[in-house]
Amino acid sequence: MISHDLSVVAPEVALAVYAMAALMWGVFTKPGEADRTIVYVTAGVLAVVGLWIAAGEAGTRFAFHGSFVDDGFSRFAKVLILFGAAATLAMAESYLSKTGLLKFEFPVLITLASVGMMTMVSANDLIVLYMGLELTSLSSYVVAAFRRDSARATEAGLKYFMLGALASGLLLYGASLTYGFTGTTLFEGIASVVDQPEPISLGLLFGLVFLVAGIAFKVSAVPFHMWTPDVYEGSPTPVTAFFSTAPKVAAAAMLARLLLDAFAGAVADWQQILAFLSVASMFLGAVAAIGQRNIKRLMAYSSITHMGFVLMGLAAGTEAGATALLIYLTIYVVMNVGVFAFILNMEKDGKPVTDIAALGLYSRREPGRAAALAVLMFSLAGVPPLVGFFGKFYVLVAAVDAGLVWLAVAGVIAAVIAAFYYLRIVYLMYFAEPTEALDGRMPALHGAFLAGSALLMIFGIVNLFGIDGAAATAAAALVR
Amino acid sequence: MTAAVVAFYFFSAVAVLSGFLVITARNPVHSVLWLILAFFAAAGLFVLLGAEFLAMIMLIVYVGAVAVLFLFVVMMLDVDFAALKAGMSRFIPVGVLFGLVLLGILYLAFSDWQASEEVLALRGVVAPPPEQVENTVALGTVLYSRYIFVFQMSGIILLVAMVGAIVLTLRHREGVKRQDVLKQMYRDPKQAVSLKDVKPGQGL
Repeated sequence: MISHDLSVVAPEVALAVYAMAALMWGVFTKPGEADRTIVYVTAGVLAVVGLWIAAGEAGTRFAFHGSFVDDGFSRFAKVLILFGAAATLAMAESYLSKTGLLKFEFPVLITLASVGMMTMVSANDLIVLYMGLELTSLSSYVVAAFRRDSARATEAGLKYFMLGALASGLLLYGASLTYGFTGTTLFEGIASVVDQPEPISLGLLFGLVFLVAGIAFKVSAVPFHMWTPDVYEGSPTPVTAFFSTAPKVAAAAMLARLLLDAFAGAVADWQQILAFLSVASMFLGAVAAIGQRNIKRLMAYSSITHMGFVLMGLAAGTEAGATALLIYLTIYVVMNVGVFAFILNMEKDGKPVTDIAALGLYSRREPGRAAALAVLMFSLAGVPPLVGFFGKFYVLVAAVDAGLVWLAVAGVIAAVIAAFYYLRIVYLMYFAEPTEALDGRMPALHGAFLAGSALLMIFGIVNLFGIDGAAATAAAALVR
Repeated sequence: MTAAVVAFYFFSAVAVLSGFLVITARNPVHSVLWLILAFFAAAGLFVLLGAEFLAMIMLIVYVGAVAVLFLFVVMMLDVDFAALKAGMSRFIPVGVLFGLVLLGILYLAFSDWQASEEVLALRGVVAPPPEQVENTVALGTVLYSRYIFVFQMSGIILLVAMVGAIVLTLRHREGVKRQDVLKQMYRDPKQAVSLKDVKPGQGL
């Protein structure tokens, strides 16, 4: 029995063991000697585990009395999480070295956060869900405050920690109410109570609302988004890049499993909550970003808008909606990796620059980089025919098919508003007055990520590289 | 009146009385000692309920660790307790309000409480029937077999907390002399000490 269970969680166990081995490796070598190596080896290990999961056998397997599930949906999300984490970690090294922040604990914490995120998307039990979430969150709090000598980073870490603890409290309260009114923490058992023909009890509804509120904090959906701009701005840029990719995927996928599996019988009850979160996130993200001059804050509001679209796919509550959610998340992660490859190298005289005004007529100086960023910005704005448009397209179609036409219309309006600040960056790079020169030299790896991401956005329009088919298979495994 | 009832009233009286003395005692050290007595009484109540594991945990964790920590804090930090106590009369209404709210919650918990019919059956799946095993055994089997994955996860979470605390606070200071035990052990008296024959009146 235990050997079967262990074979199901083998990737998580392997990563956790690797994290401890890397910790020992860092501790027992001379200070600073192995740091660089550990970062790249860890990125490699994360990518290899991602490939291992991608190549793994199909089908659904349960472990630990049904509290942990390994199905197509979790595998899709895990591959995305691991590749996102590996890419942001591989890009982190040069920035961290330059700013003197490179420590071997950084990759170890990212690895353990990845273990937590993998547990989150595989959780089939409220306790496992909470454990995965806490492991991810605790690692995130630490890496957010990694630049410990800067007041701003410490503030970001502390703010993130306080609000995160509050969100965890909400989530736990919801979980205990759910347990109290269903008698079980297993999703299967919760579903058996929720599926009864009579409407769910008031207590269970409260539990559902608190659970969604707690997780909405983690995906930074409005009105639980307050931490996002400050944390994105205060954290070191590689950490911001990490936050905007893998944890978002994990939290959204976890919410999808919770709602579409455990609470599938109560779609009408949570659909309106998700629709509200979605509309509020899309509009607030789009409108509040207009006044931002700091590119990291801008990306924070951008991520809030994008999470609004992701939640729209979930609000549809259908298999097509879950497919759209996965496609959207995949495209979003690829775009963000590219954009942050650019932001990591925005510097002048060795100092990081975050003001977007510094991009004035950047195309003259670095035509290649400017063109790649322009493609990514068009894609983030969802301008057809780039791939970013298809992410929005799938989500909107899912919402319309589920009868949420007003939500889809609101999404289109928000996307048009959001396009303003993406296109302003393109405008600054190509048509604005030249400003003080950004003189950062881009490492080859960053260049590869930036160019690769931009090229994927262009060539993906042929067939999305088959992501839509894989996402549909994955969603079919989730939705009953 | 059976022995259990007598014991219940005894422990309850001790718990209430010592709880009251915790907040009224003039000397903060006495407060902590009364608190320890309250913990002991609560542990006794747990034993009466048949929750012997909880009783022992209460003694080990609260008396053994938390209360001793309180004692250290009280004795080592220079906290002006007289000033803290001075505002007590102002805070009494708020305290009474909290007490009333708590009483209301307890009333709700024991009176108007409805759960779905399947709840008890679903709950029984996880925990073994209480008549058959002692709760220490029951907790052990649930924790180390059914929830072993979660148990190990919490271990990793604690590891992250430890790594995080070190990353964020440890500073390596330069030029600090550290003890090197091996170097001390292998120190050779023949090389460390040399005898000089100093002639009287000449010096070295």
